[in-house]
Amino acid sequence: MSFRTPAALAGASSQPTVARRRATWHVATVADSRPETSTARRIELDVPTWPGNDAGSHLDVRLTAPDGYQATRSYSIASAGDGTRVVLAVDELPDGEVSPFLVHDLRPGDQLELHGPLGAFFVWTPPSADETPRPVQLIAGGSGVVPLYAMAAAHSAAADATQFRLLYSVRTPEDVFFRRELAALASAEPALQVDFVYTRRTPADWPTAAGRLTRNVLDTAAVPAASRPSVYVCGPTPFVEAVAGWLIDAGHRAGDVRTERFGGS
Amino acid sequence: MSFITRGFSGRRGERDPRLPPGQTLVTDWPVLSAGPTPEVDTADWEFVIRTENGSHQWTWDELRELGLEDIATDIHCVTHWTKLEMPWRGVSLDRIWESVETEHEFVMAHTYGGYTTNVPLEDLLDGKSWIAFEADGEPLDPEHGGPARLLVPHLYFWKSAKWIRGLVTMPTDDPGFWEQNGYHLHGDPWQEERYW
Repeated sequence: MSFRTPAALAGASSQPTVARRRATWHVATVADSRPETSTARRIELDVPTWPGNDAGSHLDVRLTAPDGYQATRSYSIASAGDGTRVVLAVDELPDGEVSPFLVHDLRPGDQLELHGPLGAFFVWTPPSADETPRPVQLIAGGSGVVPLYAMAAAHSAAADATQFRLLYSVRTPEDVFFRRELAALASAEPALQVDFVYTRRTPADWPTAAGRLTRNVLDTAAVPAASRPSVYVCGPTPFVEAVAGWLIDAGHRAGDVRTERFGGS
Repeated sequence: MSFITRGFSGRRGERDPRLPPGQTLVTDWPVLSAGPTPEVDTADWEFVIRTENGSHQWTWDELRELGLEDIATDIHCVTHWTKLEMPWRGVSLDRIWESVETEHEFVMAHTYGGYTTNVPLEDLLDGKSWIAFEADGEPLDPEHGGPARLLVPHLYFWKSAKWIRGLVTMPTDDPGFWEQNGYHLHGDPWQEERYW
C-alpha cells in the first residue's frame, strides 16, 4: 500500500479553521440517566452555557472529590446542534475509575464539569450550498457508534439528501446503542441504511452466523470507493486498524477516511 | 475551586508526582490517529529538512548513522493518559541539526500520511527531541508511527508526529493539522495546554 500524501495534505489543510465553537469549561447538571445496554448508560446533561456542537465531536468530563482529587476522561457526544442538552452514552470499563461512577452512581440533579466541545476533524456538518454533497459511510465497532449516531441524527435533522450508511459491528442485539433511534432513522426520509454485524450472537432469524466483520462483508455493506464517500470509522484500536486498512485496499483515499480509536492497543 | 461531584471519591493510590494535572497512568499504549495507518517502507523512507536556505536529506541508513541513543522518558497524551519511564531509541535532533542553518524559530513537522504539527525550534533542540525508531525495545509499529516518528516527550504526544517525513522551518508559529482542529498551538502538559 502506498500513500498519496499530496491529496491527504490538501484534505487536511482545507479543513475549516474559523467558525469553531470555542471550547471552555461548563457546569452540567444531570437531567436524566437510564440504561442504554446492560453495560452502558445514557446520560442527558443540562448545560446552560453550552455553545452547541458539531456531530461527532467530544468533550472532557471532570469529576472532583470532596478533598479536591480530580479525574478527567474524554467521551464522544451523542447529540449535536445548537441546544444546551448534551447526551452521552457511556460504556462501563470494568477496571475503570470514571465510567463505573458515571454508569452506577450518577443521578439526576448531580453536577459535573465539562470541557468542550472538542475536535473539529472527526465531525460531520451538512454540506453548504456551494459544496457538492458526498455520500457518507459510517463504520462503528461497539460503543464507537456514539459519535456516528450523532452524525446520522444530524443528517436526518438537516433533511440532507446525501446518501448515509451505517455499518455497525456489535456483540449481540442487546448491546446495540440507540436501537430505537436507529430504527427510526432507518425508516425516515431520507433513510439511513443500517447494516449490523453481530460478533457473538445474532437475532433469531438472522441470515448469517455470528462473527467478526470481515473484508468481504465490508466490501458488500459499504458505499463503494468509486462513489468517493466520506468514511468515518470509530471503535477499539484493532477494529479501526483492520477496517481502515481494508478501506485503503478497496481503493478509498486515505484523506477520505477519518478515524477515532479508543482503548489500549 | 469549590466544585464537587456528589459521591465521587475516585480510585487512587499515592499520586505519582511525575503525573501532570488531569492525567491518568496507563501501562498499555493507546493509539490516537486521525486516519488510516500508512505503511512506509524503510527502503523508500527519507527524512528532509527544508529551510529558507535550502534542503537536507537523509536516507534510512544515513539518519541512523548519525548516532542512535537510548532514551527513557515519560509520555503524556492529550486524551488524559501518561506512560512513565518508557524506553525509546532514536537520533537526537541536535545531531541532525548540526548541518542545518536557519533564522527561522519554528518548524512544521510533515508526515507520511499528510498530517502536520507545528513546534517551536527551542522545543526541539538541546536534548529535547529525537527521531525515534524503537520503543519498548522493538521497532515502532506502524500504528504507533513506525518506521520513525518525532519524539518530543515534554509536549503532549500529538506533537511527536507519527510517520515523520520531514521538518520545514518557518518564521511564524503557524498551526498544523492537529492545531487547526482544536488542539493547542504549544501543548505543554504541565500547563494543561490541551485545546484552544
